[in-house]
Amino acid sequence: MRPLDPRLLRTASAVRTHLLVAIGCGAALTGLILLQAWLVSRVIADATAGAGLEELALVIAAVAAVAVARAGLAYGSEAAALRSAAKAKSQLRMRLVEHTTRGRPRNAGELVTLATRGLDALDDYFARYLPQLVLAVLVPVAVLVVVAGADWISAVVIAVTLPLIPLFMALVGMHTQARTARQWSLLERLGGHFLDVVEGLPTLALFRRAKAEAALVRRVTDQHREATMGTLKVAFLSAFVLEVLATLAVALVAVEIGFRLLWGDLPLSTALFVLILAPEAYLPLREVGARFHASMEGVAAAEKVFAVLDSRDGGPDGTAPAPRGDIELDEVWVVHPERTALSGLSAVFPAGRTTVISGPSGAGKSTILNLLLRFTEPTAGRVTVGGVDLADVDAAAWRRTLAWVPQDPHLFDESLADNIRLGAPDATLDEVRRAAHRAELDEVIADLPEGLDTRLGERGTRLSSGQRRRVALARAFLRDAPVVLLDEPTAHLDPDNAAAVRRAVESLTEGRTAVIVTHDPAWTTPDRRTALSLTPAERTGRSPEMAR
Amino acid sequence: MSAPEERTAQPLTGGRGGLVRMLALARPRGARFLLGVLLGAVATAAGVGLLSLAAWLIATAATHPPVTALSVAVVLTRALGVTRGVARYLERLVTHDAALRTLAEARDRVYARLAATEPVRRFRSGDLVSRLVSDTDATQDLLVRGLTPPLSALLVGGGVVALSTALLTEGGLLLLGGLLLAGLGVPLLAARLGRGPARRAAAARAELATRLVDTLHGAPDLLAYGAMDRARAQVGAADAALTRAARRDAAVLGFGAGATALIAGLTLWGSLLLGVAAVTRGDLAPIPLAVLVLTALAAFEIVAPLPAAAARLGAVRESGDRLFAVLDTPPATAPADPTPVPSHSADLRIRGLRAGYGDTEVLHGVDLDVPAGTHVAVVGPSGAGKSTLAAVLFRFMDATGEVRLGEADLLRRSPDAVRAAVSGVPQDPHVFDSTVRENLRLARPDATDPELRDVLDRVRLDLGLDERVGTHGHRLSGGMRRRLALARALLTDPALLVLDEPTAHLDPATRDVVLDDLLTAAAGRTTLLITHDPALLDRMDHVLRISDGRLQTPLSMTTARH
Repeated sequence: MRPLDPRLLRTASAVRTHLLVAIGCGAALTGLILLQAWLVSRVIADATAGAGLEELALVIAAVAAVAVARAGLAYGSEAAALRSAAKAKSQLRMRLVEHTTRGRPRNAGELVTLATRGLDALDDYFARYLPQLVLAVLVPVAVLVVVAGADWISAVVIAVTLPLIPLFMALVGMHTQARTARQWSLLERLGGHFLDVVEGLPTLALFRRAKAEAALVRRVTDQHREATMGTLKVAFLSAFVLEVLATLAVALVAVEIGFRLLWGDLPLSTALFVLILAPEAYLPLREVGARFHASMEGVAAAEKVFAVLDSRDGGPDGTAPAPRGDIELDEVWVVHPERTALSGLSAVFPAGRTTVISGPSGAGKSTILNLLLRFTEPTAGRVTVGGVDLADVDAAAWRRTLAWVPQDPHLFDESLADNIRLGAPDATLDEVRRAAHRAELDEVIADLPEGLDTRLGERGTRLSSGQRRRVALARAFLRDAPVVLLDEPTAHLDPDNAAAVRRAVESLTEGRTAVIVTHDPAWTTPDRRTALSLTPAERTGRSPEMAR
Repeated sequence: MSAPEERTAQPLTGGRGGLVRMLALARPRGARFLLGVLLGAVATAAGVGLLSLAAWLIATAATHPPVTALSVAVVLTRALGVTRGVARYLERLVTHDAALRTLAEARDRVYARLAATEPVRRFRSGDLVSRLVSDTDATQDLLVRGLTPPLSALLVGGGVVALSTALLTEGGLLLLGGLLLAGLGVPLLAARLGRGPARRAAAARAELATRLVDTLHGAPDLLAYGAMDRARAQVGAADAALTRAARRDAAVLGFGAGATALIAGLTLWGSLLLGVAAVTRGDLAPIPLAVLVLTALAAFEIVAPLPAAAARLGAVRESGDRLFAVLDTPPATAPADPTPVPSHSADLRIRGLRAGYGDTEVLHGVDLDVPAGTHVAVVGPSGAGKSTLAAVLFRFMDATGEVRLGEADLLRRSPDAVRAAVSGVPQDPHVFDSTVRENLRLARPDATDPELRDVLDRVRLDLGLDERVGTHGHRLSGGMRRRLALARALLTDPALLVLDEPTAHLDPATRDVVLDDLLTAAAGRTTLLITHDPALLDRMDHVLRISDGRLQTPLSMTTARH
């Protein structure tokens, strides 16, 4: 894990600004630390030499001024850091959303967590770690230079011990890395065990195993403790090295300047100045080490974001305007890493007619719809519309000619009217009502407390699956597109709902190019339809649902 | 799904806060924690003492005394240099070890209490359980960060103030004030100031999360209907609102850092002022002045770990409240007759069954018969009491009325006695992160491999016994997990098989196939299927509808098996 990921600098402009501010604040803070040490050592030395309060009043007042300035700087840099953190998070989040919502849809759950809680961990990284990293570079160097000017022997002591800290920490780290990595993975497993067992308690109770498992929980927890302690013994070693070296070096400096004072080689003010500064050289190193671990979570989240941003999907989009005409599949293959979804399928979906595709699960029915929606691209072969290769067509323009009724449509936490308006945001309420009527939604609307204005709740939980599908049909009616794609329109609906959906689909597909994917045999009979029966591209064995 | 959420979340702590009770958990490990506190104090004291001693050493050396006057201080300085590192290292080990031992006991108690609690209520969501586990782990956080550092700070702070007071009374008092403000006042005030921003951020974050969920989960619909740009704009607006709130609140959250620096700096200034004035008056010699000022400079290291501890305290307190809410829940079943219920085929006869949670009755007198060897389905909407019925049959909770399996009255038998004859698939059956064999042998530890393979065949599951299934069985599909759960239940050869929503959360295409296979595997066995999904009901012998905790007229009565 690198201390400062260059991708973070490249991606979020806020990070660059923040880094500049942090360096500025760090430099000012370094100056104030040096100034304070000089002022304090002078006051003590002069007072020792007999100077009174009145002569020293100005210098002492300067110490108060430094205190106020340091406080202001600490407050300002923390507030600024949190502000840049907010901005950088926003930039990363929006890039993530931009990237993942173009092209084809993908797995959403993890992305939502990453974009919210994951990125929030960056606060610590920006506000606590990065400024400290700057100080860890600036302060030791500045202290060393200043001390060298005042007393070169002390400077040598600091110059020799300072590099030992990162060196020893690296040595300890290298020596223990393999061991700790092994132990962390063991820890993770043992920690997971307790959660697993607690979550499975009802199951354990059912099989009368809960009591037997209690002893196991105890044993695993004890193992967990022993393993943790083993890891900590090693993990704390680097902190140990740091502490011992830092304090011992300060002790060495103190003794060394003590003796030189004694022999009269050094004035008291210089000795005090060096003594006050010596611990300051080591302090930022200790702090940065402590904060490094606290900020790791944020860095890990950022790395995950970059992994998503770096993933490419598909080639460049076409530019041709949306064609019309017969849809033709020409020797189309769709091969996923784990299975083959379509193997060289050729088919024609004539314009203005309805084609019904049937076949068992895993035969590739949904893949055909995904091809037509441009959610999937053919691995080989081509899909043409009116003779134009779909790959050359601008996907957004092509989709404007489509209406899609998925099996499980996503309803948004908005009003029913706005949900129906999905593909036609400017439609009037009258148009929406007409579409709803044609989708057999009248009764549903009458039952809702605020009719079309009723908010549907997260993922439309207010409605049953049959009702949700009719909302999708209303979307399709309002979209009024020449091509209509329907995925299992009547599957898993009770007879009343199924009949209502069927009536709506009949009226929707009238005069349009329609593709209906179904394994309901009732769809295949009437005359204005062509039927296409698929067989699975490849048997995958195991249970039927494994093929999905 | 019958227990209202508020009941589960209701904290049952009477007066004493979760924080105090969490600390009380550590009492058996008191000696270890005390050792940790002492070691921590030694480490901090060594750090501060080093600088005080060095100040004395240098100020004394400046007066050119004989070398022997310094020799003790020289040796002591080096000793302090080593002591600090060693003591800190040992302190960390000792407190972590004590905290982990306490955590182990807390886990034991949580486990034992949960095992005696009715799971439908307790385990409604996996999220709740994982939160409970991290609440238990918060014990460790509290003990390591919230117990030892403040106590060590108290010890060392007291010592440092005493030393300064001995040198110059007003200097000691000033330091006392500074340390109290920086160690106690600022952390508590910062935590209080942070509450408002945290609340505002949570609200803005919730809105953003809703928008993100809609946009990412609804991506196919949005893309197909060309509405993605609008959805993205909404995410952008929610993100901007959150960012605005965070940027505004940054001004408040920077308070802690600034205030601590100000107090430390002004304390240093004050001790210079007081010290020099005392020297001018002749009340203080120059050597103690150096010690006084440099001690004031180093002393704020003592309170450095406290703001972080205070910031976590609010979250830890909430964890403690939730944890003890669980630990205070009374067991869901009273002691009962432990004679095992005979596991041979028998009629299930339920009369006047009433059950509920606390004062809320969910089942209001249910009569139900499942004749031996038949399949009966109970359907009904969410909240009708279906899962409570399953919980009663699994003996996860007590109830009144009569539930007879053959001659045995299940409500008068102990849970384990009942479960000798009743098994099945509970809602969201848990698959353990282990092998297929281990998951199956849970039900019957003495089962042989051929028996295991046979039962896998019966549920049409083609898996190797040594195959690992992953966390929550994530390497299996949803349908395979249900099949595995049923295989497990069948291994116990139960007299009554209860399937509680065995196809919940499966996609429609898989649902029918899985249920069909489950019912085939259960052929000839007395089976009660509980579902809200009226599919494949033509395969059942009887279908009953439940609503509002009562059974309604049968939907259909088919006499012959389909």
